[in-house]
Amino acid sequence: MLERAEPLRGLGRSAGWVAARRQQIAAQNAPLVVAGALLVAMLVIYIVLYSVSLGSFPGAFEAASITNHAMPLCLAALGQTLVILTRGIDLSIGGMMDVSNSLAALKLHGGFGVEALWTVLILLIGAGGGLLNGVLVAFGRLQPILVTLGTFSIFQGVALWILPSPGGHVAGGYTNFFLDPKAPSALVWVVILGLAWAVLRRSRLGVNIYAIGNDENAARANSVPVLRTKVLAYALAGLLAAGAGIALATTTTGGDATAGDVFTLSSIAAVVVGGVSLFGGRGSGVGALCGAFVLTLLVDVLFFANIDPLFQPFYQGLFLVVAVGASTLLGRHLVRRR
Amino acid sequence: MSEPAQPAGHEPRQATGGQPRDAALEGIDIRKSYGGVVALDDATFRAAPGEVHALVGENGAGKSTMIKALAGVIRPDEGQIRIRGEDVRLRSPEHALRRGVATVFQELTLLPRMTVAENLLIGREPRGHGRIIRRLEMPDVAAQLLAEHGVESVDAGELVENLALAQQQLVEIVGAVMREPSVLILDEPTSALARREVEWLFGLVRRLRDQGTCVVFTSHRWSEVTDLADRVTVFRNGTDVGTQEQISEEEAVRLMTGRQVSTAYVEPEEEPEREVVLEARELSASGLHGVSLSLHAGEVLGIGGLEGQGQRELFHALYGLAPADGEIEIRGERKRLHNPREAIAAGIAFIPQDRKAEGLLLPMSVRDNLTLPILRRVAASGVLRPAAERGAAREMIDRLHIDARRPGQPVGTLSGGNQQKVLLGRWLLADSHILLLYDVTRGVDVATKQDIYSLILDLAREGRAILFYSSDTEEIAHLCHRVLVLREGAIAQELQGEISSEEIIGASFREETHA
Repeated sequence: MLERAEPLRGLGRSAGWVAARRQQIAAQNAPLVVAGALLVAMLVIYIVLYSVSLGSFPGAFEAASITNHAMPLCLAALGQTLVILTRGIDLSIGGMMDVSNSLAALKLHGGFGVEALWTVLILLIGAGGGLLNGVLVAFGRLQPILVTLGTFSIFQGVALWILPSPGGHVAGGYTNFFLDPKAPSALVWVVILGLAWAVLRRSRLGVNIYAIGNDENAARANSVPVLRTKVLAYALAGLLAAGAGIALATTTTGGDATAGDVFTLSSIAAVVVGGVSLFGGRGSGVGALCGAFVLTLLVDVLFFANIDPLFQPFYQGLFLVVAVGASTLLGRHLVRRR
Repeated sequence: MSEPAQPAGHEPRQATGGQPRDAALEGIDIRKSYGGVVALDDATFRAAPGEVHALVGENGAGKSTMIKALAGVIRPDEGQIRIRGEDVRLRSPEHALRRGVATVFQELTLLPRMTVAENLLIGREPRGHGRIIRRLEMPDVAAQLLAEHGVESVDAGELVENLALAQQQLVEIVGAVMREPSVLILDEPTSALARREVEWLFGLVRRLRDQGTCVVFTSHRWSEVTDLADRVTVFRNGTDVGTQEQISEEEAVRLMTGRQVSTAYVEPEEEPEREVVLEARELSASGLHGVSLSLHAGEVLGIGGLEGQGQRELFHALYGLAPADGEIEIRGERKRLHNPREAIAAGIAFIPQDRKAEGLLLPMSVRDNLTLPILRRVAASGVLRPAAERGAAREMIDRLHIDARRPGQPVGTLSGGNQQKVLLGRWLLADSHILLLYDVTRGVDVATKQDIYSLILDLAREGRAILFYSSDTEEIAHLCHRVLVLREGAIAQELQGEISSEEIIGASFREETHA
């Protein structure tokens, strides 16, 4: 800890003060630092394994493939982060992705106007589903896990009703614009998501979300509109889940009313790997984005490591436990080192 | 919402002290009961602008309830709250805050995993273009605010959870003062503070008073009341019994205790045996500073003092619930109690005030709850013998007059007092010879209380040693052979012989330690 006897007005700060402040910020964001380090480590492992098994370095095509495959999880994890920060959980994300995935495959073709309209409509449907979760949790005072488990199944049913069997397609132009398979242009979306997060963190809504996750009663005592903020968090999560479903339909250029299911759990995994506390109030959406990329890279790493696809879940699970355990220890070390 | 103010010429109720014409904050004829327990009974409290007003009283006298009503935490059942002469119905603490009443509660309202700066500036963050919060600037802004209020020891960039309790308290106080309230309520603001910080607080409070702010505070330290308060209002049994400008400690104690219609207490008769069963030397833990005591067989040893002076910590240390430094000897044998299991093995039983959280399994039957620690005895090679179990349970139900229709009845369906009896019975079956009774009669009806009193004395007569704490000082005074009064985690005084609750309360408030 640093002793605060230094001058208050911006100027004349000693180097020691700045270093101490920097260390303090690093310690407070230890989970994010660890998630970033994990992503870098994963990238290195990926590049090494890729070049060893294929004899060349990965290029733009691989970068595009990884980014595009990571996009649905990035969006889902970001939505999950918003809810988990309020000390809730959204199990319905996978179901909402089923719905938007099915709708996207049915509607996202036939010209710019139609595609733009339906994109907006699908996102609004997602926000509406999230709103339902939020209202039930905030005003109904029901357990988030229960509410979203229920709406998960409901959304699943709706998705099957929309698209009873896999099919449909997303227009090629749409795909090329959002998730170009040949160039990693989708990295722009990742940067935009990161920036959007930074803005949210610096907005009233962001502060309120963190405050609620810290302590609902204390937040209320500090004039935070608890109910409204919760509803907004769930609605935004629904919107992001719908976006994730569109991204999924875009990368697979087709629809499947069950393709989104796995994202409920993988979004939670990405959030945890990204260093967001499941107890709420602590963590960063940027960390969750890192987590989403780490999990996406893991699939490729296991592929290049010649792991039998049947055993992939085993290693994924192993990795999750080890990674989360190690980052917890590392984070603790970072905090203690001060 | 506010209703029209009382018509001019409305006569306020007579009070003993000087009645200022303009009151900053008033709670008039407030009633509040929880379940059947009346916490406030037509209590009136008035504080004027530009004064420091202390609210004092015994534990359970209703001060906290009054403060909660004035702060908007609870809604009174009856009565009127007025802010600057205007009738208000407070919906929440924020509502009170918007009306200019800021309160610092004993339980802090800080956000633990956010920085001091984020806490102080929530809702008032420095913003740049597009109303984006300038997060990097926040620690500096907050540090400046803290410095303006004379707080130099708190790092504004630190997470609140990493601060010491006293520092958190300073942040909380600065946070309330920053809102420039017309009334500042401080509920036990000094309990977590060291002397230097108390001086800082006093300076701050006096400055606010001179600027015309009305400051209401409660304290368990009498010297602070006389140092700081312009007026003192005394509460007893849920109502105000006097407001005075100059009040001596003796007078205050007399007002606080009054002449109560005494419940029929069973007094301990015999002198306890002199065999020391439990000896604790220099027990220290957080909130507990070097407490030594010896507990004799057949003795009821009272632990007195105002709430939160280390009683809970002492009981937890003796039951192995919290780590403590120091030595514990049981029947002359040194023991280290790391966890309740070791304490139970050493013959210690702990019966807490919160029966649900700390002991009983509510959905399970009276029988199961009673026989839990003695399962070995009612089982044959690992299989329970229902007859033996029932027999043991029956014996206790009869002996303790537990009001259960059958041993199989779930404990959760019994009244609080009967649940307490089940807990007592459990440890009787387990032959615990040291009983730690922590506020066991709280929320228990009068008739069952009497049962519990006589049971406690019976147990002592049998030769068990009992350590007894109660938030009802009267109980301690009547039931105990000896009383140790705790203050700020240390023994302030030992009382023997004929003990009155006045003595205990006097010792609880007095600053210097008596031999």
